[in-house]
Order: sequence, then structure tokens, then C-alpha cells
Amino acid sequence: MSTDLNTIVGKPWKKPPFIQRAWLRWLLVFGFAAYLVAAVLTIEVNWSRVYEGLERGKQFVLAFTSPDFTSRSGDIWEGMLESIIMTVAASVVGIGISIPIALGAARNVAPLPVYLICRGIIAISRALQEIIVAILLVAIFGFGPLAGFLTLSFATIGFLSKLLAEDIESMDRVQAEAIRASGARWGQWINYGVQPQVMPRLIGLSMYRIDINFRESAILGLVGAGGIGATLNTAFDRYEYDTAAAILLIIIVIVMALEYLSGIIRERVQ
Amino acid sequence: MPVQDVQGQKIWQRRAGRESLFHWVLWLIGIAVFAYCWQQISNATTWFFVWDAPNIAGDIWRRATPPKWEYITQLGKPIWDTLNIATLGTIIALLLAVPVAFLAARNTTPSALFVRPIALLIIVSTRSINSLIWALLLIAIIGPGVFAGVVAIAIRSIGFCAKLLYEAIEEIDHTQVEAITATGASRWQVMAYGIVPQILPAFAGIAVFRWDINIRESTVLGLVGAGGIGLQLSASLNVLAWPQVSLILLVILLAVVISEWVSAKVRGAII
Amino acid sequence: MLRLEKLVKTYKTGDQALKAVDLDVPDGQVLALIGPSGAGKSTLIRCINRLVEPTSGNVYLGDVELTGLSSGNLRKERRRMGMIFQEYALVERLSVMENVLSGRLGYVSFWRSFLRKYPQKDVDEAFRLLDRVGLLDMADKRADELSGGQRQRVGICRALIQDPALLLVDEPTASLDPKTSRQIMRLICELCKERGLAAIINIHDVALAQMFVQRVIGLRFGAIEFDGPPDALTPEVLTTIYGEEDWEATIEKIDEDDEPEAAE
Repeated sequence: MSTDLNTIVGKPWKKPPFIQRAWLRWLLVFGFAAYLVAAVLTIEVNWSRVYEGLERGKQFVLAFTSPDFTSRSGDIWEGMLESIIMTVAASVVGIGISIPIALGAARNVAPLPVYLICRGIIAISRALQEIIVAILLVAIFGFGPLAGFLTLSFATIGFLSKLLAEDIESMDRVQAEAIRASGARWGQWINYGVQPQVMPRLIGLSMYRIDINFRESAILGLVGAGGIGATLNTAFDRYEYDTAAAILLIIIVIVMALEYLSGIIRERVQ
Repeated sequence: MPVQDVQGQKIWQRRAGRESLFHWVLWLIGIAVFAYCWQQISNATTWFFVWDAPNIAGDIWRRATPPKWEYITQLGKPIWDTLNIATLGTIIALLLAVPVAFLAARNTTPSALFVRPIALLIIVSTRSINSLIWALLLIAIIGPGVFAGVVAIAIRSIGFCAKLLYEAIEEIDHTQVEAITATGASRWQVMAYGIVPQILPAFAGIAVFRWDINIRESTVLGLVGAGGIGLQLSASLNVLAWPQVSLILLVILLAVVISEWVSAKVRGAII
Repeated sequence: MLRLEKLVKTYKTGDQALKAVDLDVPDGQVLALIGPSGAGKSTLIRCINRLVEPTSGNVYLGDVELTGLSSGNLRKERRRMGMIFQEYALVERLSVMENVLSGRLGYVSFWRSFLRKYPQKDVDEAFRLLDRVGLLDMADKRADELSGGQRQRVGICRALIQDPALLLVDEPTASLDPKTSRQIMRLICELCKERGLAAIINIHDVALAQMFVQRVIGLRFGAIEFDGPPDALTPEVLTTIYGEEDWEATIEKIDEDDEPEAAE
């Protein structure tokens, strides 16, 4: 087993490759290269159109230096308000529904049948994207913020329940057992043994989800589910870059403010 | 003090009087805000449609089943495009995110006063705007097509990847960097030997994670005209071809499940 | 060989880690630096190769004055000073061989080092050193698979392959068990003798220092309190170095301040 120095000295040294089997390594490298070439070749780019677009692109970038908040201020204000309303309502309802589902989806709290049902709900909610859900809900409930509100609530459930359930599953068993040992009922047990442990995480995740909901609410308008998206779409269609820039700036500022706020709140609860 | 003396008896309360009042007011404001929001939504809703929703949903369901299976033959190219949008977008985003992350991390930025804020601004602005909006914008600028989708996904992912990566860079073990510096290595050598090996696992994890998300996002980019399977979805919706819609939704669902499985496998192999 | 003149280091927080230290180390001398934690031992060693920038004073390595050097010339001089660290400071995700070869970084171009195409004589030297410390079989293992003692041996190889004239050794045994500590100290001192290297060894363990070195420097509050042969370390001398007050709480702080400063 032991190597003799004299046999090695004078021989070149090479770093042992990450994938030991040579054929597999080359297969992966060539396969990936071939895929990249094929992928790039199948993209049809109309370069003259792109070249023309550069001028518009420049205008758009310049629009950020002089955003136009005023000429469509009515539309912007209404759209923003609707986005915010949808965000708030959907976050409240979504978080409210998420908590019992998260409890049901934690194996150490819930019995097996409940666990399976709740995990199923989470899986469905996570697999379906917001925008697709929104399309279906608009078809069913008609245009307007109700569809957007329902979409965001539904998406919140998948996100929050999953992460919260994982947190409940990884909580400290001893603390919960101590409460149970005192003869607490199930409800009391959750209230005293589980809730204090997962509360900081719940608040942190909720703040994060509010942030996501706001960002998502900005695109739901594209399919008619209410919010600022419709205004933004119109602005792009009419090439009103300065109005579009104004809307984007407002979105960025609100997202930044939300992130800052959630940072403060998370620091305080931890 | 949460303990009160009432008629000679000590009564323990969770919160003292002022504090408990404050809590109640907070709850009241919260409920009022929610009630206002709900009222606004309700005003903007045609409730007649909503009461009719079960019928409509049932109607759509009846028309959408069974899915039009033979339509799958026309979905090959859109699926291929969707995969390309996600993959090429992720690769471009990673190439751009690496320098941004190094400029944004406190321990590697050349200037904390000038360069770092710019890098952070790039991260925040690309991250806060959804890829669909980027697609909308790019279509207005460079015209519809797969290329706009690739660029939209790339831009959106820069901020996401750069943020996670710069956090990883800030968490590296500093003594390893110090040790490489002490050998007389140049700045770039310190980077290649002291920093890169430490962040490589994080980098690979971020890449796969973001690729998974991008597969999801690129399936719907077509709704605004940026190529991929969403284009077929939008076309089918416009002509109310529900059997095609249901097939496309099934395909998208399958793609999402597969990409999640692949990314979980790869992440498992790395870590 | 190495001469320090009125070396001062004051941190931004106002803590004075070194107060005008003068020190002369002749060729081939191995000396131990003892003193309570926070006395400035670690700062002193890092001021020599400028991982920490000294506030004022001079450092002469041979005839070259180090504190005024440009970063390019400083890199050249750093090659002559091998450094061994407390927590080994190996790049954990690289292989043992790559870690050893990283000691040659100052000699090879970026692309050569990036592509791992080191000159054959560097590779041979790396294998010889690994054989010398008994780790030849481990060459292609990843550094984080090794035990503490093995890692420190790799750290020693990395310092020696620089072909240094001076070793700067920062608490080489602090994270090791007593037996391994002795083996590592013995190895360092033997290698210094074989190659005629001078060495400055920071060390907590006074008994261990006395066992191996020719000269002991006692540092307290950034000033030299003792300079003499190991057998002159009497209990009285130790009391003047370490003192009887509770120094632990006040000095921990300074050690932590080292970190951001050393980023260069």
C-alpha cells in the first residue's frame, strides 16, 4: 500500500479528476457541449430587429432618469392600490390557512391520514404556478382582483405550509414532551409546546411571503387578475417607457422597503 | 408588572394593562385593514359570475377532458425551446452573477464605498422584477421570440444568484485566504486558491436551484410572446381549445416535477 | 537575518497591540514567543509578513526593508517567509498535493497555477517533503479528510516548499493533543536544523517551548519583557510575563480585530 518515493519522483503529477471514470467524464463534457451547440443553433434571432431594438433599449434606460409619474398617475395609483390590497388580503388568508395545514403536514404532530392529505395539498399548490392558476381562476370567476386574491392565497399555502411543516418537524422534542407530560390537551400542547418554538420562523417566513406576494401581484394583471400588471402592460404596448419606468421604480422601492422591514422584524423576533 | 392586586388577591396576567391595550389596538387596526381590503376586492367583483362559478368550472372541466393527446406531436419544439430558455438563461445569468457577487461581497469588493452599492443596486433591481415583466419589456425592445425569453430569464436570475453567492463569499473561512496570501500569491492566485474552492459547492447548488426555478418560469414566458410552450398555451386559450389547454398543462406539470427531481438529485450528489 | 526596529501596531479601535518592539534574530535561530493571549504575539508575526500592516517602525529581512515595499515586491519577499497557522489553514476542499504546491504560488504564473501545471522540480520537491513528514500516501486525499496532526504536517510542507529563509509559526499546537503537539514541535525544529532556517514560534505552552527552542522571548501588552535562554525562565519571570490579574477578558478583543485587518 505504501508508496515508494523513488518511484514517484520525476514523474509528472496531475490533479485527480472530479469524475473518476474517464468515459463518463468525456461523455458528460461532450454531451453538454453538443447540447449547448444545438440549443444555440435552434434559437432564431432576428439580428436586424435586435439592432433596431437597441435604440429603443437606450430610450428605456434613459427613461429611468426621467420617469413619468404624473401623466398616468390615476392608473398607476389605482393599479398599485389594487396590488397592495390583493397582497394584504391574500397574505392574511393564505397565512391563516397555512398554519393548520402546516400542523397537519408535520409528521410528529399529525396522524398519518391527515399528514397525507395535507402533503397532497402542498404538492398541488407548489406544482401549479401562480400565473397558470390565475388564468384558470380568471376563466372561472371572471376578470378582477378576486381571481388574483385567490391565486396568491393558494400559492401562499404551498410555500408557507411546506417550510413551516419542516420547521415543526425539526423542533426540539424535549420541550414539547415536557408540556405533554404536564397533562395538556392537544390544543394546549400545540399552544405551549410547539407554538413558541416555531413562532420566530413563522413570522420570518410570513414577511418573506408578503414580499413575494407583492412581486407576484405585479404580474397577475397580465392575465386579467387585477393589480398593477395591466397598467404596466398597457404602458409597454404604447411604448410609454417613462411611465413603465415609473411603475418599475415604484415596485423596486416597495420591494426594497418590504425587505428592509422584514429584516428589522426578523431581527427583533429572533 | 403583570401581577395585579385586586381586592387583596394577586391576579397574574400575561401582559400589563397598557401593553394589553396596545395589543388590542394593533389587532383592531389589522382587522380593519383586512376588512377594507376585502371590501375593495368585493366591490370590484361581479358576484353573479362568482355564484355561477361551480357551473362554469364544471363546464370547463367537461370540455377539457379528455386532453387532446395527438396534439403532443406539435409540442416537441416548444418543449425544446422552453428547456433552452431555462438552461441558456441560467448559464448567462451565472456568468454575469459571479463578478457582481465578488463586487458585492464585503470581503472581496474593491471599494465598499462606490462599487459595492452599484453591485447591490444591480442585485435588488434585477431581483425585484418578475421575469414575465422583463420579457414584456424585452419584447417591446427586441421583438418577440425565444431570444427575448433567454435574456429575460438571464436578467431576472442575475440578482437571485448574485445575492446567494455573495452571501456565500462573505461566509468563507478567512484564515485559508490568509494562508494563501502569506505564500506570496498574487491577487488572482489568492482568488483561485483561497476563495474559489470554498464557494464552489455553494455555486453549484445555486446554479441547479435556479435552473429548477427557471424551468418553471420559462413555461409561462410564452404567454407574453417570449417563446416556449407558453406560446401554445396562450394560443389555445385564445381559441378556447380546452382539450389542448389541458394537455399543455399536464406537460408543464410533468416538466416541473422532472426538473425538481433532477435538481434534487444533483444537489444531493454535490453535498 | 531578521531585524525589527521600533515596530508599532495600533488598531483602529485604539488598542495598541505592539509598542515599539525591537528584535534581532540571527541566521538559523529558532525562538519561541510566549505571553498571554492578546499580548500581541499573533500581531507581531503578522506584521513581519504584513498580513497585518504595522503602524510604524521597520522590518529588515536580510538587507531588505519590508514595510515600505510595493505589493509586487512584498509578494517576492513573502516567498522567503513560510508561515504555519494555528488552525492549519489548509484550503480544505483542495487535495493535499494542491495544498503543498500552493506554497509555490509566488513563483509560478497565474495560468500555470490555475491549470495545476507546476514545474517538475516543484512536483518532485512536494513529493519529497510529503515523504519527509510521512504523508506520501495521502497526496491525492482531500485536505478535510486528514486528522489535525496530519493537516499540520501538510501546512509545514506548504511553508517549506516556498524555500524560505525564515519560518513564521503561529500557535502550531493549539488545536492538537499533547502527544501530537510534541511531534509537530519536534518536526518543525528538526526541519529548521536540517535546512538552517530561522523560526519564530508563537506558543502558549511554556513547557513545550522550553523543550525545543534555543531562545525565548516573553511578550506582555505588546512589549518585550523577557529575552533569554529557556532555562532562565523562572517562576518569577513567568509572573512578570503573564501577570496575576485577569487578563483573559480584556485581551480577547484584540485577537478578533486581527481578522478584517489581515485581508490586505
